[in-house]
Amino acid sequence: MKSFKVIEGIAAPMDRANVDTDLIIPKQFLKSIKRSGFGPNLFDELRYLDEGEPGKDCSDRPLNPEFPLNLARYQGASILLARENFGCGSSREHAPWALEDYGFRCIIAPSYADIFYNNCFKNGILPVVLERDIVDRLFREMYDTEGYRLIVDLPGQFVATPSGEQFHFEVDAFRKHCLLEGLDDIGLTLQSAPAIRDYEQRWREQSPWLFDVIS
Amino acid sequence: MAGKTLYDKLWLSHLVEAREDGSALIYIDRQLIHEVTSPQAFEGLRLAGRQPWRRDANLAVPDHNVPTDSLERSGGVAAIADPVSRLQVQTLDENCADFDIVEFEINDVRQGIVHVVGPEQGATLPGMTVVCGDSHTSTHGALGALAHGIGTSEVEHALATQCLIQQKMKNMLVRIDGRLQTGVTAKDAVLAVIGEIGTAGGTGYAIEFGGEVVRNMSMEGRMTMCNMSIEAGARAGMVAVDDTTLDYVRGRPYAPRDDLWERAEVAWRELHSDDDAQFDRVVVLRGEEIKPQVTWGTSPEMVLPVDGVLPDPAAEENPTRRIAIERALQYMGLEAGSRITDIRPDRIFIGSCTNSRIEDLRAAAEVVKGRKIAPGIKQALVVPGSGEVKRQAEAEGLHTIFLEAGMEWREPGCSMCLAMNADKLGAGEHCASTSNRNFEGRQGFGGRTHLVSPAMAAAAAVAGHFVDVRAMQE
Repeated sequence: MKSFKVIEGIAAPMDRANVDTDLIIPKQFLKSIKRSGFGPNLFDELRYLDEGEPGKDCSDRPLNPEFPLNLARYQGASILLARENFGCGSSREHAPWALEDYGFRCIIAPSYADIFYNNCFKNGILPVVLERDIVDRLFREMYDTEGYRLIVDLPGQFVATPSGEQFHFEVDAFRKHCLLEGLDDIGLTLQSAPAIRDYEQRWREQSPWLFDVIS
Repeated sequence: MAGKTLYDKLWLSHLVEAREDGSALIYIDRQLIHEVTSPQAFEGLRLAGRQPWRRDANLAVPDHNVPTDSLERSGGVAAIADPVSRLQVQTLDENCADFDIVEFEINDVRQGIVHVVGPEQGATLPGMTVVCGDSHTSTHGALGALAHGIGTSEVEHALATQCLIQQKMKNMLVRIDGRLQTGVTAKDAVLAVIGEIGTAGGTGYAIEFGGEVVRNMSMEGRMTMCNMSIEAGARAGMVAVDDTTLDYVRGRPYAPRDDLWERAEVAWRELHSDDDAQFDRVVVLRGEEIKPQVTWGTSPEMVLPVDGVLPDPAAEENPTRRIAIERALQYMGLEAGSRITDIRPDRIFIGSCTNSRIEDLRAAAEVVKGRKIAPGIKQALVVPGSGEVKRQAEAEGLHTIFLEAGMEWREPGCSMCLAMNADKLGAGEHCASTSNRNFEGRQGFGGRTHLVSPAMAAAAAVAGHFVDVRAMQE
């Protein structure tokens, strides 16, 4: 996993509440058995005017001229500004894969759906939670300023605007540690293998009907 | 000290390690695996040279991509017409063979939607922790289990370590007092809950469903409610164990027998919230007040009783919500102020992990029996949740009722709930659907979904527009 420390980049808008993971990456692209290459189909149904299919070359598809990510001013964006309950619905990790493959390393929103929030951390994406009023302000400043850039500092836990204003955010200590170091958490968990085996032995004695049944 | 909730008990009984940073290592008893969210996890194991921690903790079944058309289905995996879908199902078969994981293959009678198959086979049981790379894993909480959806990285993590790193959720009790009216079902109840608390209302919570209505509900109904917890934002939904639970589990293929059953029953009888347990939030609904529900918009919280009138965005003060209503009305091709009963579906879908169990098919069959689907309906699909549900329905003659009404009787799978196979809506088409999500494009590019109960979908099929099924049942 890519580590995340400090990034500075262009912010782009996804200005609606309850953006679901079907909207982030539609189901037909979930047929892939790979974890890369989803970027061209990020927000497919909003981004293009035709229906996307796996394997279809996106470079000559008709673009929706009104969709922000298609505007020149947001090209190269690495920070996505979003609204409440971003990433609701399906647990598909293809959603953070698509965001990451497109080039987003950070999302800033007032709230996220639980499963999506968790999936981001597994893929080197930092989902920052800021209060609604602050997110509103960032949206306004971004709309008013072409080339609007933000700094997201994970060690310091703040977002900085071009005027130098800083907004603190909270992040769980374990997730922060893993993201800063780019750690594979399977390896970390396996360091607890003796504890898992001890638990498993006790649990097997207590609930033997849960073991060796499906074989 | 206050008593424990059901969720507290399930959490504590699976706690391997509590860490100073607030995270915890939680043991996973059962992982269900399907073809869409597992290939990258198996690939991850291969790349790291890892093996599954406990192969007998896993059970796999292909469901999302499988064709439901009988002819295409009869040829097995090799006959799946879409090459991308075929490769994904083949990849599951190969991965299960390579890692020695039990799989119900495409034409095994035990195959079906993973959340129908688990409880049906006794592969998911009370007191378990259950995970699957699918958000509707919350379904299994109906058995008194802690069950929730995970992403593919966690599928790999659970395979490799038999554990997940978790943060404890908060406790929410959703209590439905009184009784449901005849013709009003678990689907209507859970849609009413989502209408009440909103699609993010349960974020960060584990929901326990309780109250007289839930106590009197069948296991199928409880599964429907827990299934849609995620549509209220809660990863996990659950119901306390009672006689209904035990009667359902007894005799299932993977359920304990004889002495083990006796021991299990003693343990399972403890799986309820203590009388003095504290919940962080309590939501109370009256059963009698719940009417049949129909969603009109593009989020499950955009729901109304069948006699409702579509909202006017101009009357909404909150700007975010006003824009959401405007956008939803536009996407759905509907006008503010029009009636739910004016909406005319083009297609009907009865199926999905929410509503494809035998009780659901019986409810739909009861409505269409001796009737025909309306001339305006292009297609009415009935897709049983598993091979076993299909066999039972056919033994009861339900398939004949559907076919005589002009509906199609299909092979089991996820089908038009998310349209990963050939079953999908055309652009602009409205669908009366018993599934769980009415998101833009969910059932097909430009498709327009209205979530309803099986009885309400059947009633709309016959009437040609949404109608209060209670009037047809009198």
